[in-house]
Amino acid sequence: MKFAAKKLTNLIITVILVSFLTFCAFQVIGDPVARMLGAEATPEKVAQLREELGFNRPVMTRYLEWAGNFLRGDMGISYSYKLPVSDMVIPKLGVTVALTLMAFVMTCVLSITIGLYQVRLKSPAVDRAMTVVNQIVMSIPPFFIGILLTCLFGLVFHLFTPGYYVSFRESPAGFFGYLFFPALSIAIPKISQSVKMLRSRTGEELEKDYIRTAFSRGMNTGAAVNYHALHNAIIPVISFLAVSLAEMLASCIIIEQIFSIPGIGRLMLSSISSRDFTVVLAIVVILVLWVIIVNFIADMIYPLIDPRIKVNR
Amino acid sequence: MKKILKSDNWYLKCGIFITGFILIVILIGQFWTPYDSGYMDGAARLEGPSFAHIFGTDNFGRDILSRVIEGTGTTFLVSFCINLIGLLAGTMIGAAAGYRGGLFDDLLMRICDAITAFPNVMLALVIIAVFGSGDLNIIWVLGILFIPSYARIVRSQFVQQKSCNYVQMAKLMGASPLRIIFVHILPNIYSTLLPAATIGFNNAVLAEASMSFLGVGVSANKPSLGRMLNEAQSFLVGGAPWYAAFVGLAIVLLVMGLSLLGEGLQKEQLRGKK
Repeated sequence: MKFAAKKLTNLIITVILVSFLTFCAFQVIGDPVARMLGAEATPEKVAQLREELGFNRPVMTRYLEWAGNFLRGDMGISYSYKLPVSDMVIPKLGVTVALTLMAFVMTCVLSITIGLYQVRLKSPAVDRAMTVVNQIVMSIPPFFIGILLTCLFGLVFHLFTPGYYVSFRESPAGFFGYLFFPALSIAIPKISQSVKMLRSRTGEELEKDYIRTAFSRGMNTGAAVNYHALHNAIIPVISFLAVSLAEMLASCIIIEQIFSIPGIGRLMLSSISSRDFTVVLAIVVILVLWVIIVNFIADMIYPLIDPRIKVNR
Repeated sequence: MKKILKSDNWYLKCGIFITGFILIVILIGQFWTPYDSGYMDGAARLEGPSFAHIFGTDNFGRDILSRVIEGTGTTFLVSFCINLIGLLAGTMIGAAAGYRGGLFDDLLMRICDAITAFPNVMLALVIIAVFGSGDLNIIWVLGILFIPSYARIVRSQFVQQKSCNYVQMAKLMGASPLRIIFVHILPNIYSTLLPAATIGFNNAVLAEASMSFLGVGVSANKPSLGRMLNEAQSFLVGGAPWYAAFVGLAIVLLVMGLSLLGEGLQKEQLRGKK
């Protein structure tokens, strides 16, 4: 419990620090006043608007005010759309979270199944073939996998229509159906990485002394893998999967672009190009929170799955 | 050379073969490409592969093969620079942290931990959003984001080597810390650093390609693999799937060559230890 409390304090400090740094970074370049007024900017008008928006006050005050509002769900007003940022971000956040979680579930289920299948294989030829295929799949970046899947399942087999996103309100089944292939293209690189990891870890474990002892007691390879090696080999894979949840969010930004899913990544990119910094700031802080919380959870489950680790309790 | 051909390290062999092939193509591409990569042939738009255009042409009638060769060169060069920044600065920071230890070490490593917790592409996007895009910006932003991973590796090696006898001897003989770091310890961790640098290179290629795929990479007038793939994507439905296929193939080959090379080197190094 002490461990959890210590981690939690660390987490809160990181969140405050990171959000403050991001806030400052966007204040340095993010003076939107001239852009908002456009051609009719006179020095008086600029000064007046700066006063209205409160840009003349010290950074610390503005940060505290912004953070307070943020916690209450008020993320400010978008410069270019003149809409509350929370109204723009929160519906899209749901889509991205759904996509990431789908990809995560797929990764966990498929990588453990495929990994266990390969580890328990009896035939070295099939094992070698799987390793080669895995190595090739691992080299395909997620965005190219997305394009390949669009081509194969969208244009050849017509399992989904590329570019015709179905929202959850229209039809939940259609929504999850449309997200299936995007989620798969986020999951595939992670699956191949974790399968490879499980395979090589099991190989390493099998060379260790306790396995040799098991063999000397008359155990065959299958049983040694099942009862001994797997227990040790699967621990790093599970923690890899937990940490990869954070990276999947980054792949989401790219994959949403390919499958034209109106998620948070697309909103972020379009806000970056229109230099709409209140939106970018809100999204960045949400993404950062996501990453920090996911890493916190990963840290917490680590001692649970590996009883050998007692982290400074 | 003979040693490599004879070895049973297939990762290393395939890696050297693929990376070597790509390097030769890039080198040739610096002096000669089938067509000028910017030349637009209005009469031959979105043509399929033929003898005149082996990879076909894009929507402006430009030869895809020439553009892929030049794009690979751009991606390679940008990733090389990114990696160089990361490697040099990472080695300096890691060496300083590992050699000195104490609070200084703790502080640097906490910062590195904080940076590596976030996905590279996401951080790079945010920084590019703040400072604007451009060839040099993408290089230094990604370069800085690559520093922590190298710093960590170098630091852990330095912590190990610091207590070795040869370092103690050098200290007794009155060698300055700088001399110990550069002349004594660095050559000894070279074999660990080389595979790490290759894998880092691989990550740099992926990061660069993702960034230019999102349209925030190198400037638009240079052919770059990520950007080309992004353009090719809109012609998937229009009946030019080979455009995306060939560009994607180039990225896959580049990444595969480097990752195999990195793994092969790592295996070789582990074998050396045994």
